[in-house]
Amino acid sequence: MTEHTHLAPVVEGSGETNTRRAFLVAAGAAGLAYTAALAYPIYRYLASPQEMAMEATAVTEVNLKDAQKLPAGSVLMFKFGASPALLIHHEDGRWISMTAVCTHLGCTVQYEPQADRIHCACHGGVYNPYTGANVSGPPPKPLKLFKVAVNETGVDVSRA
Amino acid sequence: MTTKNATIYNWIDERLGLSELAAFARHKTVPVHLQSFWYYWGGISLFLFMVQCFTGVLLLVYFRPGAEAYESVRQITFVMHFGWLIRSAHAWSASLMIFSILVHMFSVYFMKAYRKPREFGWLSGMALLGIASVFGFSGYLLPMDELSYFATKVGLQIPAAIPFVGEAIANMLRGGPDVSEFTVQRFFALHVVVLPAIFLPLLGFHLWLVQRHGNAAPPSVEALPPEQRKSMPFFPNFFQKDLAMWMFSLVVLSSLASVFPWSLGKPYDALAPAPIGIHPEWYFMSPFEMLKLLGNVLPGEAGEIAGILLFTLGIALWVLIPFYDNTKESGQRARAAHYFGLIAVILLLTTTVIGYWTIR
Repeated sequence: MTEHTHLAPVVEGSGETNTRRAFLVAAGAAGLAYTAALAYPIYRYLASPQEMAMEATAVTEVNLKDAQKLPAGSVLMFKFGASPALLIHHEDGRWISMTAVCTHLGCTVQYEPQADRIHCACHGGVYNPYTGANVSGPPPKPLKLFKVAVNETGVDVSRA
Repeated sequence: MTTKNATIYNWIDERLGLSELAAFARHKTVPVHLQSFWYYWGGISLFLFMVQCFTGVLLLVYFRPGAEAYESVRQITFVMHFGWLIRSAHAWSASLMIFSILVHMFSVYFMKAYRKPREFGWLSGMALLGIASVFGFSGYLLPMDELSYFATKVGLQIPAAIPFVGEAIANMLRGGPDVSEFTVQRFFALHVVVLPAIFLPLLGFHLWLVQRHGNAAPPSVEALPPEQRKSMPFFPNFFQKDLAMWMFSLVVLSSLASVFPWSLGKPYDALAPAPIGIHPEWYFMSPFEMLKLLGNVLPGEAGEIAGILLFTLGIALWVLIPFYDNTKESGQRARAAHYFGLIAVILLLTTTVIGYWTIR
Protein backbone atom coordinates (compact mmCIF):
# COMPACT_ATOMS: atom_id res chain seq x y z
CA MET A 1 0.00 0.00 0.00
CA THR A 2 2.89 2.33 -0.76
CA GLU A 3 0.82 4.76 -2.86
CA HIS A 4 -0.96 6.04 0.25
CA THR A 5 2.11 7.06 2.18
CA HIS A 6 2.08 10.65 0.91
CA LEU A 7 -1.60 11.19 1.67
CA ALA A 8 -2.42 13.26 4.74
CA PRO A 9 -3.40 10.96 7.59
CA VAL A 10 -7.13 10.45 7.55
CA VAL A 11 -8.94 11.06 10.79
CA GLU A 12 -10.79 7.96 11.84
CA GLY A 13 -14.51 8.18 11.33
CA SER A 14 -14.18 10.67 8.48
CA GLY A 15 -16.31 10.14 5.39
CA GLU A 16 -13.48 8.89 3.20
CA THR A 17 -12.53 5.90 5.31
CA ASN A 18 -16.13 4.95 5.83
CA THR A 19 -16.93 5.00 2.14
CA ARG A 20 -13.87 3.00 1.27
CA ARG A 21 -14.43 0.46 4.02
CA ALA A 22 -18.12 0.20 3.16
CA PHE A 23 -17.22 -0.33 -0.48
CA LEU A 24 -14.68 -3.03 0.29
CA VAL A 25 -17.09 -4.82 2.62
CA ALA A 26 -19.87 -4.66 0.04
CA ALA A 27 -17.57 -5.86 -2.73
CA GLY A 28 -16.32 -8.70 -0.55
CA ALA A 29 -19.86 -9.70 0.37
CA ALA A 30 -20.96 -9.58 -3.25
CA GLY A 31 -17.96 -11.71 -4.23
CA LEU A 32 -18.77 -14.26 -1.55
CA ALA A 33 -22.43 -14.36 -2.57
CA TYR A 34 -21.39 -14.80 -6.20
CA THR A 35 -19.01 -17.64 -5.36
CA ALA A 36 -21.62 -19.31 -3.19
CA ALA A 37 -24.21 -19.05 -5.97
CA LEU A 38 -21.77 -20.82 -8.29
CA ALA A 39 -20.54 -23.37 -5.77
CA TYR A 40 -23.96 -24.47 -4.45
CA PRO A 41 -25.30 -26.09 -7.65
CA ILE A 42 -21.91 -27.70 -8.28
CA TYR A 43 -21.83 -29.14 -4.78
CA ARG A 44 -25.37 -30.48 -5.06
CA TYR A 45 -24.60 -31.94 -8.50
CA LEU A 46 -21.55 -33.80 -7.25
CA ALA A 47 -23.34 -34.89 -4.07
CA SER A 48 -26.33 -36.39 -5.94
CA PRO A 49 -25.29 -40.07 -5.64
CA GLN A 50 -24.60 -39.61 -1.94
CA GLU A 51 -28.06 -38.10 -1.46
CA MET A 52 -29.64 -40.95 -3.40
CA ALA A 53 -27.78 -43.46 -1.22
CA MET A 54 -29.00 -41.67 1.90
CA GLU A 55 -32.56 -41.93 0.63
CA ALA A 56 -32.00 -45.64 0.05
CA THR A 57 -30.74 -46.06 3.64
CA ALA A 58 -34.08 -44.78 4.85
CA VAL A 59 -35.50 -48.17 3.77
CA THR A 60 -36.96 -50.07 6.75
CA GLU A 61 -38.09 -53.25 5.06
CA VAL A 62 -36.95 -55.42 2.16
CA ASN A 63 -39.04 -58.16 0.56
CA LEU A 64 -36.92 -60.97 -0.81
CA LYS A 65 -39.06 -62.83 -3.33
CA ASP A 66 -38.76 -66.65 -3.35
CA ALA A 67 -36.09 -66.50 -0.63
CA GLN A 68 -38.09 -69.05 1.42
CA LYS A 69 -36.68 -71.66 -1.00
CA LEU A 70 -33.16 -70.99 0.30
CA PRO A 71 -31.80 -74.44 1.34
CA ALA A 72 -30.79 -74.97 4.96
CA GLY A 73 -27.10 -74.31 5.62
CA SER A 74 -26.78 -71.61 2.97
CA VAL A 75 -26.74 -67.85 2.71
CA LEU A 76 -28.24 -65.16 0.50
CA MET A 77 -26.54 -61.81 0.07
CA PHE A 78 -28.87 -58.88 -0.60
CA LYS A 79 -28.91 -55.10 -0.38
CA PHE A 80 -30.66 -53.58 2.60
CA GLY A 81 -30.96 -49.97 1.51
CA ALA A 82 -27.51 -48.98 0.33
CA SER A 83 -25.44 -51.61 2.14
CA PRO A 84 -25.02 -55.40 1.79
CA ALA A 85 -26.75 -57.77 4.19
CA LEU A 86 -26.89 -61.54 4.90
CA LEU A 87 -29.87 -63.89 5.11
CA ILE A 88 -28.76 -67.20 6.63
CA HIS A 89 -30.94 -70.32 6.67
CA HIS A 90 -29.25 -72.38 9.38
CA GLU A 91 -29.11 -76.19 9.45
CA ASP A 92 -31.39 -76.16 12.52
CA GLY A 93 -34.02 -74.32 10.49
CA ARG A 94 -33.52 -70.91 12.09
CA TRP A 95 -33.61 -67.87 9.80
CA ILE A 96 -31.16 -65.12 10.73
CA SER A 97 -30.53 -61.85 8.92
CA MET A 98 -27.96 -59.19 9.73
CA THR A 99 -25.94 -56.46 8.13
CA ALA A 100 -22.86 -57.68 6.23
CA VAL A 101 -20.78 -54.56 6.88
CA CYS A 102 -17.90 -55.37 9.25
CA THR A 103 -17.88 -53.05 12.26
CA HIS A 104 -14.09 -52.82 12.07
CA LEU A 105 -13.31 -51.07 8.75
CA GLY A 106 -16.40 -51.64 6.66
CA CYS A 107 -15.47 -54.67 4.51
CA THR A 108 -18.25 -57.06 3.50
CA VAL A 109 -18.26 -60.17 5.71
CA GLN A 110 -19.14 -63.73 4.61
CA TYR A 111 -20.94 -66.68 6.19
CA GLU A 112 -18.82 -69.85 6.34
CA PRO A 113 -21.23 -72.80 6.86
CA GLN A 114 -18.47 -75.41 7.38
CA ALA A 115 -16.88 -73.39 10.21
CA ASP A 116 -20.31 -72.10 11.32
CA ARG A 117 -19.04 -68.56 11.67
CA ILE A 118 -19.15 -65.18 9.98
CA HIS A 119 -15.72 -64.14 8.83
CA CYS A 120 -14.27 -60.90 7.54
CA ALA A 121 -11.43 -61.60 5.12
CA CYS A 122 -9.91 -58.13 5.42
CA HIS A 123 -8.54 -58.33 8.97
CA GLY A 124 -9.78 -61.70 10.26
CA GLY A 125 -12.74 -60.54 12.32
CA VAL A 126 -15.12 -63.33 13.38
CA TYR A 127 -18.80 -63.02 14.38
CA ASN A 128 -21.38 -65.43 15.78
CA PRO A 129 -23.76 -66.42 12.92
CA TYR A 130 -26.82 -66.53 15.23
CA THR A 131 -26.42 -63.41 17.32
CA GLY A 132 -24.03 -61.29 15.29
CA ALA A 133 -21.80 -60.95 18.36
CA ASN A 134 -18.14 -60.14 17.67
CA VAL A 135 -16.24 -63.27 18.73
CA SER A 136 -12.62 -62.64 17.85
CA GLY A 137 -10.34 -60.38 15.86
CA PRO A 138 -10.47 -56.59 15.62
CA PRO A 139 -14.25 -55.85 15.30
CA PRO A 140 -15.30 -53.55 18.17
CA LYS A 141 -19.06 -54.12 17.91
CA PRO A 142 -21.52 -56.88 16.93
CA LEU A 143 -23.29 -56.97 13.55
CA LYS A 144 -26.83 -55.57 13.77
CA LEU A 145 -29.58 -58.18 13.43
CA PHE A 146 -32.70 -57.68 11.32
CA LYS A 147 -36.17 -59.08 11.97
CA VAL A 148 -37.06 -61.96 9.64
CA ALA A 149 -40.55 -63.11 8.63
CA VAL A 150 -40.82 -66.14 6.31
CA ASN A 151 -44.00 -66.74 4.29
CA GLU A 152 -45.06 -68.70 1.18
CA THR A 153 -44.02 -66.05 -1.31
CA GLY A 154 -40.72 -64.91 0.17
CA VAL A 155 -38.88 -63.52 3.15
CA ASP A 156 -39.49 -60.09 4.66
CA VAL A 157 -36.51 -58.52 6.36
CA SER A 158 -37.04 -55.41 8.47
CA ARG A 159 -35.16 -53.23 10.89
CA ALA A 160 -35.31 -54.63 14.38
CA MET B 1 6.73 -6.00 2.89
CA THR B 2 8.07 -7.43 6.09
CA THR B 3 11.52 -8.99 6.06
CA LYS B 4 10.05 -12.46 6.43
CA ASN B 5 7.79 -12.01 3.41
CA ALA B 6 10.69 -10.52 1.50
CA THR B 7 12.80 -13.57 2.26
CA ILE B 8 10.09 -15.91 1.01
CA TYR B 9 9.55 -13.76 -2.08
CA ASN B 10 13.28 -13.72 -2.83
CA TRP B 11 13.53 -17.47 -2.35
CA ILE B 12 10.79 -18.08 -4.92
CA ASP B 13 11.97 -15.26 -7.21
CA GLU B 14 15.50 -16.68 -7.46
CA ARG B 15 14.04 -19.96 -8.62
CA LEU B 16 11.09 -18.89 -10.78
CA GLY B 17 12.03 -15.36 -11.89
CA LEU B 18 8.87 -13.67 -10.56
CA SER B 19 10.35 -10.19 -10.83
CA GLU B 20 10.94 -10.66 -14.58
CA LEU B 21 7.27 -11.53 -14.95
CA ALA B 22 6.27 -8.55 -12.82
CA ALA B 23 8.48 -6.26 -14.90
CA PHE B 24 6.94 -7.68 -18.05
CA ALA B 25 3.44 -7.11 -16.71
CA ARG B 26 4.33 -3.52 -15.73
CA HIS B 27 5.52 -2.67 -19.22
CA LYS B 28 2.73 -4.37 -21.16
CA THR B 29 0.27 -1.85 -22.57
CA VAL B 30 -2.88 -1.98 -24.66
CA PRO B 31 -3.57 0.63 -27.36
CA VAL B 32 -6.55 2.89 -26.69
CA HIS B 33 -8.63 4.03 -29.65
CA LEU B 34 -12.19 3.88 -30.99
CA GLN B 35 -11.92 0.18 -31.82
CA SER B 36 -10.44 -0.88 -28.46
CA PHE B 37 -13.73 -2.62 -27.61
CA TRP B 38 -12.88 -5.46 -29.98
CA TYR B 39 -9.81 -6.37 -27.92
CA TYR B 40 -12.06 -8.00 -25.31
CA TRP B 41 -13.30 -10.76 -27.58
CA GLY B 42 -10.17 -12.90 -27.48
CA GLY B 43 -10.33 -12.81 -23.68
CA ILE B 44 -14.05 -13.62 -23.70
CA SER B 45 -13.35 -16.62 -25.95
CA LEU B 46 -10.65 -17.74 -23.52
CA PHE B 47 -13.01 -17.36 -20.57
CA LEU B 48 -15.73 -19.37 -22.29
CA PHE B 49 -13.19 -22.05 -23.12
CA MET B 50 -12.33 -22.28 -19.42
CA VAL B 51 -16.05 -22.61 -18.69
CA GLN B 52 -16.14 -25.44 -21.23
CA CYS B 53 -13.28 -27.26 -19.50
CA PHE B 54 -14.89 -26.84 -16.11
CA THR B 55 -18.45 -27.83 -17.03
CA GLY B 56 -17.06 -30.55 -19.29
CA VAL B 57 -15.25 -32.19 -16.40
CA LEU B 58 -18.43 -31.97 -14.33
CA LEU B 59 -20.39 -33.74 -17.08
CA LEU B 60 -17.65 -36.34 -17.31
CA VAL B 61 -18.43 -37.29 -13.72
CA TYR B 62 -21.70 -38.98 -14.81
CA PHE B 63 -21.51 -39.38 -18.59
CA ARG B 64 -21.10 -42.93 -19.90
CA PRO B 65 -20.15 -43.20 -23.58
CA GLY B 66 -21.28 -46.06 -25.79
CA ALA B 67 -24.62 -47.83 -25.54
CA GLU B 68 -25.56 -46.10 -22.27
CA ALA B 69 -24.86 -42.58 -23.54
CA TYR B 70 -28.49 -41.47 -23.80
CA GLU B 71 -29.44 -42.97 -20.46
CA SER B 72 -26.56 -41.25 -18.70
CA VAL B 73 -27.41 -37.86 -20.23
CA ARG B 74 -31.03 -38.41 -19.21
CA GLN B 75 -29.79 -39.08 -15.69
CA ILE B 76 -27.62 -35.95 -15.71
CA THR B 77 -30.53 -33.85 -16.98
CA PHE B 78 -33.40 -35.20 -14.88
CA VAL B 79 -31.97 -37.05 -11.87
CA MET B 80 -28.78 -35.36 -10.66
CA HIS B 81 -29.30 -32.09 -8.83
CA PHE B 82 -28.59 -29.13 -11.14
CA GLY B 83 -27.38 -31.53 -13.83
CA TRP B 84 -29.70 -29.78 -16.30
CA LEU B 85 -27.99 -26.49 -15.46
CA ILE B 86 -24.46 -27.80 -15.94
CA ARG B 87 -25.35 -29.49 -19.21
CA SER B 88 -27.19 -26.38 -20.37
CA ALA B 89 -24.23 -24.18 -19.43
CA HIS B 90 -21.88 -26.47 -21.38
CA ALA B 91 -24.07 -26.35 -24.48
CA TRP B 92 -24.75 -22.61 -24.32
CA SER B 93 -21.14 -21.79 -23.57
CA ALA B 94 -20.09 -23.79 -26.63
CA SER B 95 -22.33 -21.64 -28.81
CA LEU B 96 -21.22 -18.41 -27.16
CA MET B 97 -17.57 -19.43 -27.49
CA ILE B 98 -17.90 -20.03 -31.24
CA PHE B 99 -19.71 -16.69 -31.50
CA SER B 100 -17.01 -14.78 -29.63
CA ILE B 101 -14.22 -16.52 -31.59
CA LEU B 102 -15.95 -15.41 -34.79
CA VAL B 103 -16.23 -11.83 -33.52
CA HIS B 104 -12.57 -11.98 -32.48
CA MET B 105 -11.56 -13.32 -35.89
CA PHE B 106 -13.44 -10.69 -37.88
CA SER B 107 -12.15 -7.87 -35.67
CA VAL B 108 -8.59 -9.12 -36.21
CA TYR B 109 -9.31 -9.35 -39.90
CA PHE B 110 -10.67 -5.83 -40.30
CA MET B 111 -8.02 -4.29 -38.04
CA LYS B 112 -5.47 -6.04 -40.26
CA ALA B 113 -3.90 -7.51 -37.16
CA TYR B 114 -2.71 -10.51 -39.18
CA ARG B 115 0.08 -8.51 -40.84
CA LYS B 116 3.76 -8.87 -40.04
CA PRO B 117 4.82 -9.95 -37.40
CA ARG B 118 1.49 -11.55 -36.41
CA GLU B 119 1.02 -14.14 -39.17
CA PHE B 120 1.42 -17.06 -36.77
CA GLY B 121 -1.20 -15.53 -34.48
CA TRP B 122 -3.66 -15.54 -37.37
CA LEU B 123 -2.77 -19.07 -38.49
CA SER B 124 -2.93 -20.55 -34.98
CA GLY B 125 -6.20 -18.71 -34.38
CA MET B 126 -7.72 -20.20 -37.52
CA ALA B 127 -6.56 -23.65 -36.42
CA LEU B 128 -8.16 -23.07 -33.01
CA LEU B 129 -11.44 -22.08 -34.66
CA GLY B 130 -11.28 -25.22 -36.81
CA ILE B 131 -10.71 -27.42 -33.77
CA ALA B 132 -13.45 -25.58 -31.86
CA SER B 133 -15.94 -26.45 -34.59
CA VAL B 134 -14.88 -30.12 -34.45
CA PHE B 135 -15.38 -29.87 -30.67
CA GLY B 136 -18.90 -28.60 -31.37
CA PHE B 137 -19.64 -31.29 -33.93
CA SER B 138 -18.34 -34.18 -31.83
CA GLY B 139 -19.96 -32.93 -28.63
CA TYR B 140 -23.32 -32.60 -30.34
CA LEU B 141 -23.55 -36.38 -30.84
CA LEU B 142 -22.77 -37.36 -27.26
CA PRO B 143 -26.37 -37.25 -25.86
CA MET B 144 -27.41 -39.67 -28.66
CA ASP B 145 -30.89 -38.24 -28.99
CA GLU B 146 -32.77 -37.94 -32.27
CA LEU B 147 -31.36 -34.55 -33.18
CA SER B 148 -27.75 -35.42 -32.49
CA TYR B 149 -28.13 -38.67 -34.43
CA PHE B 150 -29.38 -36.95 -37.56
CA ALA B 151 -27.03 -33.99 -37.24
CA THR B 152 -24.08 -36.37 -37.20
CA LYS B 153 -25.51 -38.48 -40.00
CA VAL B 154 -25.92 -35.42 -42.22
CA GLY B 155 -22.65 -33.79 -41.14
CA LEU B 156 -20.64 -36.85 -42.06
CA GLN B 157 -22.10 -36.71 -45.58
CA ILE B 158 -19.72 -33.82 -46.21
CA PRO B 159 -16.45 -35.78 -45.84
CA ALA B 160 -18.23 -38.71 -47.51
CA ALA B 161 -18.61 -36.59 -50.67
CA ILE B 162 -14.85 -36.29 -51.18
CA PRO B 163 -14.09 -38.28 -54.33
CA PHE B 164 -12.52 -41.77 -53.97
CA VAL B 165 -11.53 -41.67 -50.27
CA GLY B 166 -14.60 -39.90 -48.84
CA GLU B 167 -16.63 -43.00 -48.00
CA ALA B 168 -13.66 -44.66 -46.27
CA ILE B 169 -13.04 -41.51 -44.17
CA ALA B 170 -16.71 -41.28 -43.18
CA ASN B 171 -16.79 -44.98 -42.23
CA MET B 172 -13.67 -44.51 -40.14
CA LEU B 173 -15.19 -41.53 -38.33
CA ARG B 174 -18.49 -43.34 -37.77
CA GLY B 175 -16.98 -46.68 -36.84
CA GLY B 176 -19.22 -48.43 -39.36
CA PRO B 177 -21.66 -47.68 -42.16
CA ASP B 178 -24.14 -45.91 -39.88
CA VAL B 179 -24.06 -43.70 -36.76
CA SER B 180 -24.24 -46.04 -33.76
CA GLU B 181 -22.88 -46.52 -30.24
CA PHE B 182 -19.47 -47.09 -31.83
CA THR B 183 -19.68 -43.56 -33.21
CA VAL B 184 -20.52 -42.02 -29.85
CA GLN B 185 -17.66 -43.94 -28.24
CA ARG B 186 -15.05 -42.63 -30.68
CA PHE B 187 -16.51 -39.12 -30.79
CA PHE B 188 -16.23 -39.15 -27.01
CA ALA B 189 -12.53 -40.05 -27.19
CA LEU B 190 -12.09 -37.29 -29.75
CA HIS B 191 -14.05 -34.75 -27.72
CA VAL B 192 -12.40 -35.26 -24.32
CA VAL B 193 -8.89 -36.50 -25.14
CA VAL B 194 -7.70 -35.94 -28.69
CA LEU B 195 -9.10 -32.46 -29.31
CA PRO B 196 -8.04 -31.00 -25.93
CA ALA B 197 -4.57 -32.48 -26.42
CA ILE B 198 -4.22 -30.55 -29.68
CA PHE B 199 -6.18 -27.47 -28.63
CA LEU B 200 -4.39 -26.67 -25.37
CA PRO B 201 -0.78 -26.40 -26.64
CA LEU B 202 -2.02 -24.47 -29.67
CA LEU B 203 -3.90 -22.11 -27.38
CA GLY B 204 -0.73 -21.69 -25.30
CA PHE B 205 1.19 -20.80 -28.45
CA HIS B 206 -1.52 -18.34 -29.52
CA LEU B 207 -1.49 -16.60 -26.12
CA TRP B 208 2.30 -16.54 -26.00
CA LEU B 209 2.31 -14.78 -29.37
CA VAL B 210 -0.10 -12.17 -28.03
CA GLN B 211 2.35 -11.49 -25.18
CA ARG B 212 5.26 -11.36 -27.59
CA HIS B 213 3.79 -8.96 -30.12
CA GLY B 214 1.13 -7.17 -28.07
CA ASN B 215 -2.21 -5.98 -29.42
CA ALA B 216 -2.17 -4.73 -32.98
CA ALA B 217 -3.60 -1.27 -33.56
CA PRO B 218 -5.68 -0.71 -36.70
CA PRO B 219 -3.79 0.90 -39.62
CA SER B 220 -5.48 4.29 -39.05
CA VAL B 221 -4.04 4.39 -35.53
CA GLU B 222 -0.65 3.07 -36.57
CA ALA B 223 -0.42 5.90 -39.09
CA LEU B 224 -0.59 8.49 -36.28
CA PRO B 225 2.64 9.95 -34.90
CA PRO B 226 3.70 8.14 -31.67
CA GLU B 227 2.80 11.08 -29.40
CA GLN B 228 -0.84 10.99 -30.54
CA ARG B 229 -1.22 7.27 -29.90
CA LYS B 230 -2.79 6.51 -26.54
CA SER B 231 -2.41 3.37 -24.49
CA MET B 232 -3.27 1.99 -21.08
CA PRO B 233 -1.28 -0.35 -18.85
CA PHE B 234 -2.39 -3.95 -19.21
CA PHE B 235 -1.98 -4.56 -15.51
CA PRO B 236 -4.13 -3.66 -13.69
CA ASN B 237 -6.20 -1.36 -15.93
CA PHE B 238 -6.97 -3.51 -18.93
CA PHE B 239 -6.93 -6.67 -16.85
CA GLN B 240 -9.71 -5.26 -14.64
CA LYS B 241 -11.78 -4.45 -17.70
CA ASP B 242 -11.11 -7.95 -19.02
CA LEU B 243 -12.36 -9.42 -15.74
CA ALA B 244 -15.45 -7.21 -15.89
CA MET B 245 -16.17 -8.55 -19.38
CA TRP B 246 -15.73 -12.09 -18.05
CA MET B 247 -18.24 -11.39 -15.29
CA PHE B 248 -20.60 -9.96 -17.87
CA SER B 249 -20.17 -13.06 -20.06
CA LEU B 250 -20.86 -15.28 -17.08
CA VAL B 251 -24.08 -13.39 -16.37
CA VAL B 252 -25.19 -13.74 -20.01
CA LEU B 253 -24.25 -17.42 -19.99
CA SER B 254 -25.98 -18.28 -16.73
CA SER B 255 -29.12 -16.39 -17.75
CA LEU B 256 -29.32 -18.20 -21.09
CA ALA B 257 -28.52 -21.57 -19.51
CA SER B 258 -31.17 -21.27 -16.82
CA VAL B 259 -33.92 -19.48 -18.77
CA PHE B 260 -33.53 -21.61 -21.90
CA PRO B 261 -32.32 -24.98 -20.63
CA TRP B 262 -30.92 -27.21 -23.35
CA SER B 263 -33.45 -29.87 -24.25
CA LEU B 264 -33.00 -33.61 -24.55
CA GLY B 265 -35.01 -35.27 -27.32
CA LYS B 266 -36.18 -38.84 -27.71
CA PRO B 267 -33.47 -41.52 -27.75
CA TYR B 268 -32.17 -42.11 -31.26
CA ASP B 269 -33.83 -44.79 -33.30
CA ALA B 270 -32.04 -45.92 -36.44
CA LEU B 271 -35.41 -46.78 -38.03
CA ALA B 272 -37.28 -43.57 -37.21
CA PRO B 273 -37.67 -40.88 -39.90
CA ALA B 274 -35.89 -37.55 -39.46
CA PRO B 275 -37.97 -35.11 -37.37
CA ILE B 276 -39.63 -32.18 -39.18
CA GLY B 277 -37.66 -28.92 -39.14
CA ILE B 278 -34.32 -30.55 -38.33
CA HIS B 279 -31.45 -28.15 -38.93
CA PRO B 280 -27.79 -27.79 -37.95
CA GLU B 281 -26.50 -25.59 -35.12
CA TRP B 282 -26.35 -21.94 -36.14
CA TYR B 283 -22.59 -22.02 -36.70
CA PHE B 284 -22.96 -24.78 -39.27
CA MET B 285 -26.04 -23.25 -40.86
CA SER B 286 -24.18 -21.15 -43.42
CA PRO B 287 -22.10 -23.95 -45.04
CA PHE B 288 -25.16 -26.23 -44.86
CA GLU B 289 -27.28 -23.67 -46.70
CA MET B 290 -24.53 -22.93 -49.25
CA LEU B 291 -24.30 -26.63 -50.08
CA LYS B 292 -28.09 -26.77 -50.40
CA LEU B 293 -28.23 -23.74 -52.70
CA LEU B 294 -25.38 -25.07 -54.80
CA GLY B 295 -27.16 -28.41 -54.99
CA ASN B 296 -30.14 -26.64 -56.59
CA VAL B 297 -27.91 -25.19 -59.30
CA LEU B 298 -25.72 -28.26 -59.81
CA PRO B 299 -27.71 -31.33 -58.80
CA GLY B 300 -26.11 -34.61 -57.81
CA GLU B 301 -22.53 -35.52 -57.17
CA ALA B 302 -21.20 -32.67 -59.32
CA GLY B 303 -22.80 -30.17 -56.92
CA GLU B 304 -21.35 -31.88 -53.87
CA ILE B 305 -17.85 -31.94 -55.27
CA ALA B 306 -18.11 -28.35 -56.52
CA GLY B 307 -19.33 -27.32 -53.07
CA ILE B 308 -16.41 -28.96 -51.29
CA LEU B 309 -13.95 -27.43 -53.77
CA LEU B 310 -15.43 -23.96 -53.32
CA PHE B 311 -15.34 -24.27 -49.53
CA THR B 312 -11.77 -25.49 -49.53
CA LEU B 313 -10.75 -22.65 -51.83
CA GLY B 314 -12.60 -20.01 -49.80
CA ILE B 315 -11.16 -21.20 -46.49
CA ALA B 316 -7.66 -21.47 -47.98
CA LEU B 317 -7.85 -17.89 -49.26
CA TRP B 318 -9.12 -16.72 -45.87
CA VAL B 319 -6.36 -18.52 -43.96
CA LEU B 320 -3.63 -17.28 -46.31
CA ILE B 321 -4.69 -13.61 -46.19
CA PRO B 322 -1.58 -12.45 -44.24
CA PHE B 323 0.62 -13.52 -47.13
CA TYR B 324 -1.49 -11.67 -49.69
CA ASP B 325 -2.18 -8.46 -47.77
CA ASN B 326 1.26 -8.14 -46.20
CA THR B 327 2.37 -4.54 -46.46
CA LYS B 328 1.68 -1.66 -44.08
CA GLU B 329 0.72 0.69 -46.92
CA SER B 330 -3.00 0.82 -47.61
CA GLY B 331 -2.80 0.03 -51.32
CA GLN B 332 -4.78 -2.02 -53.80
CA ARG B 333 -4.19 -5.30 -51.95
CA ALA B 334 -5.30 -3.93 -48.60
CA ARG B 335 -8.54 -2.75 -50.16
CA ALA B 336 -9.08 -6.08 -51.94
CA ALA B 337 -8.59 -7.92 -48.64
CA HIS B 338 -11.08 -5.58 -47.00
CA TYR B 339 -13.73 -6.29 -49.66
CA PHE B 340 -13.02 -10.01 -49.44
CA GLY B 341 -13.76 -9.78 -45.71
CA LEU B 342 -16.97 -7.85 -46.28
CA ILE B 343 -18.12 -10.39 -48.88
CA ALA B 344 -17.37 -13.21 -46.42
CA VAL B 345 -19.41 -11.54 -43.65
CA ILE B 346 -22.34 -10.79 -45.97
CA LEU B 347 -22.27 -14.32 -47.39
CA LEU B 348 -22.21 -15.90 -43.94
CA LEU B 349 -25.02 -13.71 -42.63
CA THR B 350 -27.32 -14.03 -45.65
CA THR B 351 -26.93 -17.81 -45.98
CA THR B 352 -27.54 -18.19 -42.24
CA VAL B 353 -30.69 -16.06 -42.46
CA ILE B 354 -31.91 -17.94 -45.56
CA GLY B 355 -31.16 -21.20 -43.77
CA TYR B 356 -33.35 -20.30 -40.80
CA TRP B 357 -35.98 -18.74 -43.06
CA THR B 358 -36.42 -21.92 -45.07
CA ILE B 359 -36.79 -24.30 -42.10
CA ARG B 360 -40.21 -25.81 -42.43
